[in-house]
Amino acid sequence: MALRIDPSHNRFRDIVRGKIKQNLRKYISNGEWLGRQGKDVISIPVPQIEMPRFHFGDQGQGGVGQGSGKVGDAIGPAQPGQDGQGKAGSDTADHALEVELSIQELAEILGEELELPRILPKGKERLITQKDRYVGIRRVGPESLRHFKRTFRQALRRQIMMGNYDPQKPVVVPTREDKRYRSWRTTPMPQSNAVMIFIMDVSGSMGDEQKEIVRIASFWIDTWLRSQYEGLESRFIIHDAAAHVVDRDTFFRTRESGGTMISSAYKLCAKMIEDEFPPSEWNVYPFQFSDGDNWSADDTSLCMEVLRNDILPKVNLFCYGQVESPYGSGQFITDLRATFPEHPAVVTSEIENKDDIADSIRSFLGRGK
Amino acid sequence: MLHQKSELPASLLEIQRSIEEYARSYGLDFWETRFEILDYKRMQEVAAFGGFPVRYPHWRFGMEFDHLTKGHIYGLSQIYEMVINNNPAYAYLLEGNSMVDQKMVMAHVLGHVDFFKNNYYFSKTSRKMMDSMANHATRIRRHIERYGLDKVEGFIDICLSIDNLIDPMSPFIVRHDTSRKEEKEPPPVEVPRLRAKSYMDKFINPPEYMDEKRRQLQEEREKPKRHPPEPERDVLLFLLQNAPLESWERDVLEIVREEAYYFAPQRQTKILNEGWAAYWHSKLMTEKIIDASELIDYADHNAGVLATAPGQFNPYKVGISLLRYVEERWDKGRFGKEWNDCDDYDTRRTWDKHLGLGRQKIFEVRQLYNDLTFIDEFFTEDFCYENQFFSFARNVSSGNYEIDAREFKKVKNKLLYQLTNFGEPFIAVEDANFDNRGELFLHHRHEGMDLHVDHSRATLTAIHRIWHRPVCVATVIEGKPRLLRFDGSEHSDRPL
Repeated sequence: MALRIDPSHNRFRDIVRGKIKQNLRKYISNGEWLGRQGKDVISIPVPQIEMPRFHFGDQGQGGVGQGSGKVGDAIGPAQPGQDGQGKAGSDTADHALEVELSIQELAEILGEELELPRILPKGKERLITQKDRYVGIRRVGPESLRHFKRTFRQALRRQIMMGNYDPQKPVVVPTREDKRYRSWRTTPMPQSNAVMIFIMDVSGSMGDEQKEIVRIASFWIDTWLRSQYEGLESRFIIHDAAAHVVDRDTFFRTRESGGTMISSAYKLCAKMIEDEFPPSEWNVYPFQFSDGDNWSADDTSLCMEVLRNDILPKVNLFCYGQVESPYGSGQFITDLRATFPEHPAVVTSEIENKDDIADSIRSFLGRGK
Repeated sequence: MLHQKSELPASLLEIQRSIEEYARSYGLDFWETRFEILDYKRMQEVAAFGGFPVRYPHWRFGMEFDHLTKGHIYGLSQIYEMVINNNPAYAYLLEGNSMVDQKMVMAHVLGHVDFFKNNYYFSKTSRKMMDSMANHATRIRRHIERYGLDKVEGFIDICLSIDNLIDPMSPFIVRHDTSRKEEKEPPPVEVPRLRAKSYMDKFINPPEYMDEKRRQLQEEREKPKRHPPEPERDVLLFLLQNAPLESWERDVLEIVREEAYYFAPQRQTKILNEGWAAYWHSKLMTEKIIDASELIDYADHNAGVLATAPGQFNPYKVGISLLRYVEERWDKGRFGKEWNDCDDYDTRRTWDKHLGLGRQKIFEVRQLYNDLTFIDEFFTEDFCYENQFFSFARNVSSGNYEIDAREFKKVKNKLLYQLTNFGEPFIAVEDANFDNRGELFLHHRHEGMDLHVDHSRATLTAIHRIWHRPVCVATVIEGKPRLLRFDGSEHSDRPL
């Protein structure tokens, strides 16, 4: 039902998302209410815009309340009042934060914010999966799919028509003709498969701050690609002098030390694509993060070799993000750019700090491939 | 289409008539009240619009709607009742509520309508606001069509930044004596003389002195008059009359001002109004309306309305308690000099003169008081302790809000402080030609609390957008008088 308030409501949401009226952005306070979902206390974000007025600054003046308690006892955080007029406290405490937006919405915002083009997947025509959906009712079928309500209704209807239904003694016995079964339709669903291969350098020179940047960047990339593909796979490779395939958790937590041989990761990545993700069926996206400090020039040229022959022909995009580190020389990105100056599938980006993440995501995904 | 004509079903209409009859028998005096049934979405929508089904589009209504919807989804809050101060009064019932709830809401609403009709502070509000709001909406929509949403909404935002700068008492005061405007020739300057016998006159009122004095007075009179002649607390009115606005801007500002004045008495009487309505729904329900089968449900919901979470101030609860307390005092004759002078605990405890003046007294209270005067007069030491009031404030070292006092004086002072001018700063236009260069000079009457400096600067920017000349406000920051000023391009801040 369309409501008169809808335009105003959308307008408010757009302001909160920063799409319009940027000048109001600084007056948005991100309050929260505490709610309950099952056993858990959840936090419900309630963004609020307060127009600047002449008013008193919050100097902790408090107010008047009612109830027991001694002087000096702490009182609970304010909750919205019964009549919905209460104002939520704007302080953030430790609660499981419930994200108000679904991942889908998040990706949409990301897409709009960074002006990311939608991806045209390959393999669209070729890969077809079958999907069953229950769409109707029929008279025959296996007993396991019998639709009790419909069957009962049918039986009841028949008995009433035949006049042998007694409301005082409501016994309804379905016969074979009364039985109704769920029926399904199989629909072909074109499907595109995609895999993200995240590669991270975990050599001694990558500190926590660098990993944090990688973690954030990976999350957003993951979110965006998930909105574009159904059935997205991800693989994680970490490497120092040798490379390993690890699970997601390990990927983000591991801290190793030692030298760096990027070629080891490239070889592993090439092998993985070869074995598991034939490019005819898969959209492959390797993302590599490193501080750009490779062991030797020899290894670097080996990397370029592997990249040219075994990786680039098979992937949609190869993204290299170089995180600034106090220890690394940062040479690798220069070499990479020199070797593939115009290659359409190679994207490189330097990430100096967290603020650059958005730019780097935009350059990675901005090509719509 | 202003109101969808959703006639109340016959069964509810019958109940409404019988509740009205009971209410009248207790002396309640209300306008015709029209109930409409809304589903929860429409209910939230109407509530977001401040009770009016039609208002101009603005994001802040959307924000209110967002909060109400979330409160509803997560079961945190529920709209119990909504009623509009209008003649006839409009009120809304939530579709699907149980019959007990509908009865309770009707009884409660009649309490409000009686209050709207009879309370002095509402006496100057428009009673045709339903129509006015719809007209405002039409006017603003027309401006939006002509000038674009961004432009008009942006200007509304600016007006909202200053919509607290009104003088809620001004409708009751005739400040400017209009009759004096047509004075033609000012009478010649008279210097007051001391009385003296004629032969002593030139010693007691020496002519040189008198001439000197006359010249001074003449000069004073010819000095350019300050504008406004007296500080103007209705800043919105002042801007409407004096700022160089385009006609559509003037119209928007006028609308914002009119609505601010309409809502002001509701903010002034929150405790008393809700207390009054709660008092009457509770009286009508328990004495007349409900039968045994509905009692438990009623008690449950009533307890929900009157519940006070720790650290909370529930106006329904405080209002009804205080009204009942007043009723009891006047029933038992616990007032006047004799009562005040008595300090024997036992005598006071059993004091009962069987006067039975309680009902009469609370009707008087509902007619003449607002929250501030209500609390000031009847919030006594006994009441404060009986109802376990405390005052709380943020503990600087722990950062938490903590109970800081239970002493009657402190609690009451804090309460009164918060109710004075709705807890808003007193700000008035003092000079529209400050420094003789068309600057708007505002003065903040500092009473212990500093203004929020960043927001004050932003507000100055907003006023500048209306005034088009530099704007400044004199206030006190951290104990030092300062002048915050915005000249159109940058903010400055200097000691006064």
